[in-house]
Amino acid sequence: MIWHNLPNDRLRIGATVFAAALLALSAGTRVRADDAVSLSLVLKNHQFDPAEVHAPPGKQIAIHVKNLNDIVSEFESSDLHFEKIVPVGSEITVYVHPLQPGRYNFYDDFHHATQGYLVVP
Amino acid sequence: MLASLLIVFREVFEAGLIVGIVMAVTSGVAGRGLWIAGGVAAGVLGACLVALFTGGLSELFGGSGQEVFNAGILSFAVIMLTWHNVWMARHGRELAAELQAAGEAVVAGSKSLLALAIVVAIAVLREGSEVVLFLYGVAAAQGGASWGMVAGGFIGLILGSLVCLLTYLGLITIPARYLFGVTSTLIAFLAAGLAAQAISFLQQADILTALDETVWDTSWILSDSSYLGRALHTLIGYVDQPTAMQLIVYAATLTVIAALMKLFSTPAVQRPRTA
Repeated sequence: MIWHNLPNDRLRIGATVFAAALLALSAGTRVRADDAVSLSLVLKNHQFDPAEVHAPPGKQIAIHVKNLNDIVSEFESSDLHFEKIVPVGSEITVYVHPLQPGRYNFYDDFHHATQGYLVVP
Repeated sequence: MLASLLIVFREVFEAGLIVGIVMAVTSGVAGRGLWIAGGVAAGVLGACLVALFTGGLSELFGGSGQEVFNAGILSFAVIMLTWHNVWMARHGRELAAELQAAGEAVVAGSKSLLALAIVVAIAVLREGSEVVLFLYGVAAAQGGASWGMVAGGFIGLILGSLVCLLTYLGLITIPARYLFGVTSTLIAFLAAGLAAQAISFLQQADILTALDETVWDTSWILSDSSYLGRALHTLIGYVDQPTAMQLIVYAATLTVIAALMKLFSTPAVQRPRTA
């Protein structure tokens, strides 16, 4: 209905812009970072183990969390802007972009007493 | 009980803002209540399914299943919102004229209502799946739902729905001739925010990492985890530490929506020139 009213050059412009946008976005994708700093956490008895982890500044960080609680948890951080469900018995990974020095908080969104910190010296 | 109340409230609150906007956008359109209710029901069903299959979903795409799924449905919602704005730009003038002339509900194209119903379903599914996972998790762990948990969840649901109602009531006080402009703007910013959120998920999964440096930090002014921050996050996509890619996608979404609306809008009637 709309299409046959539309002059062809408008359609061509629109399609070109869209294709260019997709191309630009895909240029930003890449496979798993091999030089990311790897941190491992375990959720047990509603606590992070370890409760405090360290990472160097300026490097991408991969945080692996394994859920050994008896209940699903949501690994989340307002400081680091991630949220991911950790099913019982599973391990998940979230990637954090390179950070400035600081003390960053993360928690289990389904159990707020469970808190941890990522320290970047 | 409080923990249950807060978690349920937070999620329903975010979905409630979106549903409230959709209700206001479709105000005066016949049959819209059914479409929106359908969207909510589909969202609740979807939320239960997602919660059920979270384990399997999480492992897809090399462990990035959750992020790919979230980015996917958010992107789809962006497309639906864009479609709605474009459709309204095309037909809105006729509808507004008819509304003023007839003074009664107009039957809008069902395609536009479907698009908005899908947006409602996606919003409810996204937030609802976390609620279902949480409530089911607590119930299963304690060997059965405690009354405190059920009551807390129920109150959280009521309060969250109140947010939806207040959003709707607040928006419909706007006079009809301004409503189209206001709601189109709201929808555009909603879409831009969802697009930036999709990018955030892709960055979290290391799928899209270009331009991931933080451009500015306004967390000292307003944290995006505070209630006001969350409201702004849902409504206009406010993020206290946006990455460059998020900002670009946000701006690009607004630009594309504006451009498409202009492209597809009905040209103004040319007045015949008198000699």
